[in-house]
Amino acid sequence: MTGLFSEVFLSALLFGAVTAAIPLLLAGLGEQMSEKAGVLNIGIEGMMLAGAYLGFVGAFYSGSLWLGFLTGAAGGVAVALVMALLCVRIGLNQIVIGIALTLGLEGLTALLHHFQFSRSYPRLPAAEVTVIPLLSDIPVIGPALFKQHLIVYLAVALVFGMGYVYRRTQLGLNLQAAGDKPAALDVAGIDVVRTRTVAVLTTGALAGLGGAYLANVGAGLFIPFITNGAGFLGIVLAMLARGRPIWVLFGALLFGVCLSLTTAMQVAGINIPTDIIQMLPFLAVMIMLVLFGRRASLPAALGIPYERGAR
Amino acid sequence: MSIDTAPTVSATALDATSGAATRRDILHRLLMTLGPILAALVIAGCILLAVGVDPLAYYGYVLEKGLFSPLGIQQTLTRMAPLLFLAAGLIVAFRAGMWNLGGDGQFLLGAVTAAASAPVLVQIMPAWLALFCSFLIAMVVAMTWSLVPALLRAYQGVNEIITTLMMTFLGTSLANVLVKLVFRDPGTTVPQTRTLPVEDRLPRLFETTITSGLLLGLAAIIIVHLVMTRTAFGLKLRIVGANPRAAVHSGLGVPGLTIAVFAISAGLAGLAGAVDIIGVQGNVRADWNPAYGLAVIPAVFLARMNGFAAIGFVFLLSVLSIGGESAARRLGVPNHFTLVLVSIVLIVLALAEYVDHRYSQSRKA
Repeated sequence: MTGLFSEVFLSALLFGAVTAAIPLLLAGLGEQMSEKAGVLNIGIEGMMLAGAYLGFVGAFYSGSLWLGFLTGAAGGVAVALVMALLCVRIGLNQIVIGIALTLGLEGLTALLHHFQFSRSYPRLPAAEVTVIPLLSDIPVIGPALFKQHLIVYLAVALVFGMGYVYRRTQLGLNLQAAGDKPAALDVAGIDVVRTRTVAVLTTGALAGLGGAYLANVGAGLFIPFITNGAGFLGIVLAMLARGRPIWVLFGALLFGVCLSLTTAMQVAGINIPTDIIQMLPFLAVMIMLVLFGRRASLPAALGIPYERGAR
Repeated sequence: MSIDTAPTVSATALDATSGAATRRDILHRLLMTLGPILAALVIAGCILLAVGVDPLAYYGYVLEKGLFSPLGIQQTLTRMAPLLFLAAGLIVAFRAGMWNLGGDGQFLLGAVTAAASAPVLVQIMPAWLALFCSFLIAMVVAMTWSLVPALLRAYQGVNEIITTLMMTFLGTSLANVLVKLVFRDPGTTVPQTRTLPVEDRLPRLFETTITSGLLLGLAAIIIVHLVMTRTAFGLKLRIVGANPRAAVHSGLGVPGLTIAVFAISAGLAGLAGAVDIIGVQGNVRADWNPAYGLAVIPAVFLARMNGFAAIGFVFLLSVLSIGGESAARRLGVPNHFTLVLVSIVLIVLALAEYVDHRYSQSRKA
């Protein structure tokens, strides 16, 4: 058993946790913005899949990971555009459209993968890491936290950036109002539909980026249904975080540890069926909900399309 | 009580008694359904063209296999049985304003417990009683599974969208654990439960391969529809759905009703699993997850939570999925295309309803 808790193992476990947490973090931050503005974005799973597929395609054909991230984010935005048009602009039911988009993107990406890659299953080379000097020399956490791809640091920086936007800027206030009292925002002379559209498109970009990270850095390839519920986990994180980006980060890391534990235990040959280990993160959420659920608060106008003059 | 101020589902939730629809209305609705479906087929056809498949050949197979061939239509009608139960469960939940998105977990746990109990029970009691008991066990297990989200929503106000989603992920894994570790058939190398002999399954209808589960499903959804639209209990649930605060003020025991809604909804999902196993599959294989629930949710919405309309949409879903499966085998288009098709149909139908609504409103004004 000593090997199990060796420095190398712990470090690998943490590294895996961060890798697993980043897509969840990006999805959770994106969903948080939508929910803040009053749009329950159930299509986020579909946006992540679009991002994963297009991100992989972009990185594979161009050979550049960064271009892959860009195409991935663009894919997420494309799906978000449909969502914004249907649910924000003309006010169709967000849950129907969200589920339909998720189903459609699941099918579409799997279909395209089948015709494009199913015979060769191409892989991307391992992602380059950016080593942060000094910090990366710390035992255990150094190699795990400070030898990651640059986008990981950017994603963490984004947490603080979004915290700033929400608390200190006009845009942050507008978003909050669009979710809590859209009519008041309208009276203040600010377009509710535009504010919500900005939020949904940002969600798309972040979810797409998360998907691209999942495929390009996490797995190195695209397989159908690769997100496997990561978008739904993002929704949960956003709801638990009560509008604070920092809590999305903590939640994503907790999930990341659970997911990484799953792989690590399999590698270590511990004889627990994978199905039981796979239940861990969800069990963790349910326990968190039972303990802290009462405090999960949601914007008042969440899920309700805004129509000027409607009672 | 001001129902009008209630958001989201209220508008559709309370105008349930549209029984006196004239023939003109029915014709209109039929047009408003078939038109968008045609449009969706054209859009999806463009995707098929893009990947180099002849859309006409594909749709030809879908129609032939899903609708017009004797075997195909029988399969389609058989597929409807579990979907009808799921739809019935969703109608109860959605009309009461509760988002039970955990149908798949409840479905699978119901399926696994039915598959585990039925082959054992048929050996010790008459077949009909054994099947009845298996149905009952599946229902109770699924109901129990929904208890956590129900209690959290009823007494803590925790949003049920997250909890039911989480429970469905947990339920899927738990169902696999049960199949692989607890109820595994020792007689086979493949991880699956004991197989219920064909002669002990639900009887088939007349000389066909259609399962009699179809009748059970139809009965379930019609009963649910009538209970929701014609009874005091149904009215209470609709009031809770339309405006929970008003429901509290009018003296309804909202927590109790919430738990009842979850129990009925999950129980019906569990029955859906049982009817699929006892009627059709006979056993549960490891990692089996047809994921019916996610496609049924938008269908129930488009049916405006009306039981009879839901039957129509479930039929459409079945034709698409059975037809899509065989077209996939013949033309080399992976089955995933059915998902794309269903998704486009749902979106176009939702759009058409919006346009129709706007049009009729502007005419009134």
